[in-house]
Amino acid sequence: MGADRLQLYELSAREAHEKLVAGDVSARELTDAVLGRIDSVEERVKAFVTVLPEGARRKADAVDARIAAGEKLRPGEGVPLALKDNLCTDGVETTCSSKILKGFIPPYNATVVEKLSAAGTPFVGKVNLDEFAMGSSTENSAFFVTHNPWDLSRVPGGSSGGSTASVAAGEAFWALGSDTGGSIRQPASFCGVVGLKPTYGRVSRYGLVAFASSLDQIGPITKTVYDNALLLSLISGHDALDSTSVKTEVPDYTKACVANVKGLRLGVPAEYFAKGVSDEVAASVRKAAEKLQELGAIVEECSLPVTEYALATYYIIAPAEASSNLARYDGVRFGHRTERASTPLELFKRTREEGFGPEVKQRIMIGTYALSAGYYDAFYLKAQKVRTLIKQDFDNAFSRFDALITPTAPTPAFKIGEKTDDPLEMKLSDILTIPINMAGLPAISLPCGFSSEGLPIGLQLIGPAFSEETLLRVAYTYEQASEWHGRRAAL
Amino acid sequence: MSKYESVVGMECHAELLTESKMFCGCANDFGGASNTRTCPVCLGLPGSLPVPNRTAVELVVKASLALNCEISRDCLFARKNYFYPDLPKGYQISQYENPIGQNGWLDITIDDGSTKRIHIRRVHLEEDTGKLVHAGGNESEIDYNRSGVPLMEIVTEFPPDITSPAEAKAYIEKLRAILVYLGVSDGKMEEGHLRAEPNVSVRLEGADVYGTKTELKNLNSFRAVERGIAYELDRQADMLDHGIVVRQETMGWNDASGKTYHMRFKEEEQEYRYFPEPDLIPLHFDDADIERWRSELPELPDAKRERFIAEYDLRPYDAEVLTGSRAVADYFEAASKSGADAKAVANYVTGDLMRLVNASGGDITDVKIAPDQLGALLKLRDSGKITNTIAKSVLEEMFATGKDAQQIIDARGISVVSDEGALTTEIDKVLSANTDVVAKIKAGNDKSIGFLVGQVMKATKGQARPDLVNKLLKERIGS
Repeated sequence: MGADRLQLYELSAREAHEKLVAGDVSARELTDAVLGRIDSVEERVKAFVTVLPEGARRKADAVDARIAAGEKLRPGEGVPLALKDNLCTDGVETTCSSKILKGFIPPYNATVVEKLSAAGTPFVGKVNLDEFAMGSSTENSAFFVTHNPWDLSRVPGGSSGGSTASVAAGEAFWALGSDTGGSIRQPASFCGVVGLKPTYGRVSRYGLVAFASSLDQIGPITKTVYDNALLLSLISGHDALDSTSVKTEVPDYTKACVANVKGLRLGVPAEYFAKGVSDEVAASVRKAAEKLQELGAIVEECSLPVTEYALATYYIIAPAEASSNLARYDGVRFGHRTERASTPLELFKRTREEGFGPEVKQRIMIGTYALSAGYYDAFYLKAQKVRTLIKQDFDNAFSRFDALITPTAPTPAFKIGEKTDDPLEMKLSDILTIPINMAGLPAISLPCGFSSEGLPIGLQLIGPAFSEETLLRVAYTYEQASEWHGRRAAL
Repeated sequence: MSKYESVVGMECHAELLTESKMFCGCANDFGGASNTRTCPVCLGLPGSLPVPNRTAVELVVKASLALNCEISRDCLFARKNYFYPDLPKGYQISQYENPIGQNGWLDITIDDGSTKRIHIRRVHLEEDTGKLVHAGGNESEIDYNRSGVPLMEIVTEFPPDITSPAEAKAYIEKLRAILVYLGVSDGKMEEGHLRAEPNVSVRLEGADVYGTKTELKNLNSFRAVERGIAYELDRQADMLDHGIVVRQETMGWNDASGKTYHMRFKEEEQEYRYFPEPDLIPLHFDDADIERWRSELPELPDAKRERFIAEYDLRPYDAEVLTGSRAVADYFEAASKSGADAKAVANYVTGDLMRLVNASGGDITDVKIAPDQLGALLKLRDSGKITNTIAKSVLEEMFATGKDAQQIIDARGISVVSDEGALTTEIDKVLSANTDVVAKIKAGNDKSIGFLVGQVMKATKGQARPDLVNKLLKERIGS
């Protein structure tokens, strides 16, 4: 399928940029293409909390002016992008899909937003998420549910469901998401796009509204592995404003997009194919592993025995940090403020009661409990110890393997409403992605097939800290040898 | 109150003298319009992150070293979670496990002149909160200019060493001196830059268990610390005498009325849900860092006092007073170096000069007399060119104008009357006007001669040399 016959909005970011460089299209036309697509499909997809046509066009026009002035375009410049609505944007409402932040207009840009803005990226809009990124389906958004472009009756995954749906629907060429327990990779897998969760510290968190500070990472969501590598290069790097960002040099990740896995050792951990993982998903991922073996990789079975404790541990640490991170939403300085308060205590209680949704309240309560005197040692401290064991588990595996290959999610996208009454079932959809956040490792999800119902299936590649180049290389090699990424959702 | 013993723990906070706030680049300053020194970080806006101020960390390490603490090699910041309108993030970034300094001490000098060691449990670094300003009616405003200002907390060991209000005062005086010497804090208690919050309890002499404690706030001077604690100890003893149970509460000190007043009960232990701050990585110090900082410590009050005693032959009391403030000690030393007699300088600095400074409401750094000007004045006196009385009056004029002693003496036309002939005339006048006194002296009352000396000094407007007057008087009376 040649790029020529595709609609503009169907192009990958790289293809779009090549057309821009070649003078076949203007940046304004690229931006208008996705804005037009939003006009025609957004009513059904519902990915956007805020569409930013004026800002995006203004930015695109500035890029066109640079082209007209004979200036050389920078990588990715002029290709419109969607931002998850938990990334702060100067002068643009940032809601986290929560009533409590409705109307909050940050006076500053997140570092990633600042970097992309400086690189000439038009922001086409702010996209939907589970409230404060807590959820796996966008059904916890206080505003509306986002629909999966491959099957509108299904969820796009979450929490970055707006990001992955907008890319899959052609409403943006690429997007940024955030991943605390799988929130980039699981929806990428559900929507048939590529999503990467970088090593903790690789990308600055400054301006990402915190959910669980020790787990959160911003990452790229794209149609192809190459686009992912490019966007990762644009957003990575140490930031003086984020003490947890790491001073490791940023390579040009696109250089890792080489179709060659000869001699690379890939582990297939048995625990990631255990019960709960659908046969179709397991079969697709195993088939992909075989493909990589054919291409020269050394593929072996392995074991990560601590994996089974990751989910329980995550549901102590993430809520504990969240309970503290979300304390600032008290109605005093920004966002929602109750009108029914006569004392400060009432102000706090009622603002929070009115402003937060049920999932957020539940996690705040769990986290508050886990940190309370008398429970701290039994829950929070123990969870931190298990976290160390999870890291060791991965360290052991990476003494033998360059990367691990697993399914991203146990199943393809589920129906809207299917799991809302069963919070445990919902949380199990993150069971294969959570351990990676607990260990601070990088992982990428990319398409590896479709279910019998025509739903995308994703595979996950996990590597040691700062092994993004290896992951991108393996992913690129597989992608070039498969045809999944060429398919587009019929909307 | 003698059947009770007093127990005093001290919790002190010092605002650090840094250019910028603890976790952002906003200026650490005083005054100015509300909310003019704020940013997304110190306002706790969503998405903002803290970045630690290295200078603040260094100041607290140095203070910890000066307080003889062990330094934690891996320090953790922790979140202290509670809700209050002036607390922007819903938590304060503080320290809990692994504070910067632990297990230290400082020595105080107590009434009998001996030394008492006060043990310090911990020294840690945290951020200040904003300030609620009641705007009248139902309205409150919040000023976040103080939000995020670096604060050092110093907590004494339990069981406490301090057992009297005077010891508590000596402790805070010594602590202040050390912090000011280090340049860690300006030590201004009256402006709240150094705050002392003692917790106070009494128990029957020899009792095994401690009494219920109350915490004191609003102590804005050394004297307030001493008076406040004394009042609170008496109040608790009086309650116990009357069979009233002391409740755990926070008491405010009213300096004007000299009484404490109830602020709030604190019987429920606050649940702060401390946990390590995930937005910050642990601070690591290696031996080289610590030794470098140790080598950068200035001479501290105790060492300076001992040196002053040894080097200038000062009385311990004078040395203690002079070294209580680094600025005073420096002033003394500079004046001594100008060639004047050190003991004379010490007497003047601790006596007349401090009296003038205190009366003016300023401090030694405001004094217009340069140290070498004071030295020059004392040299004039000690060489006999002016009398001590004149010197004191010249000092007053120097204090007011900053002029040199010689300049003032020349302008006033002052010179010492050491001409015996001129003096004899005045002496004879005094003797004939005071025959009754002369009679007493002749009868053996030597002390009355002082009165006659004073009369002659008065008649010569203080310009006579007192020793000469004394000698001549004795000769004339023939006693």
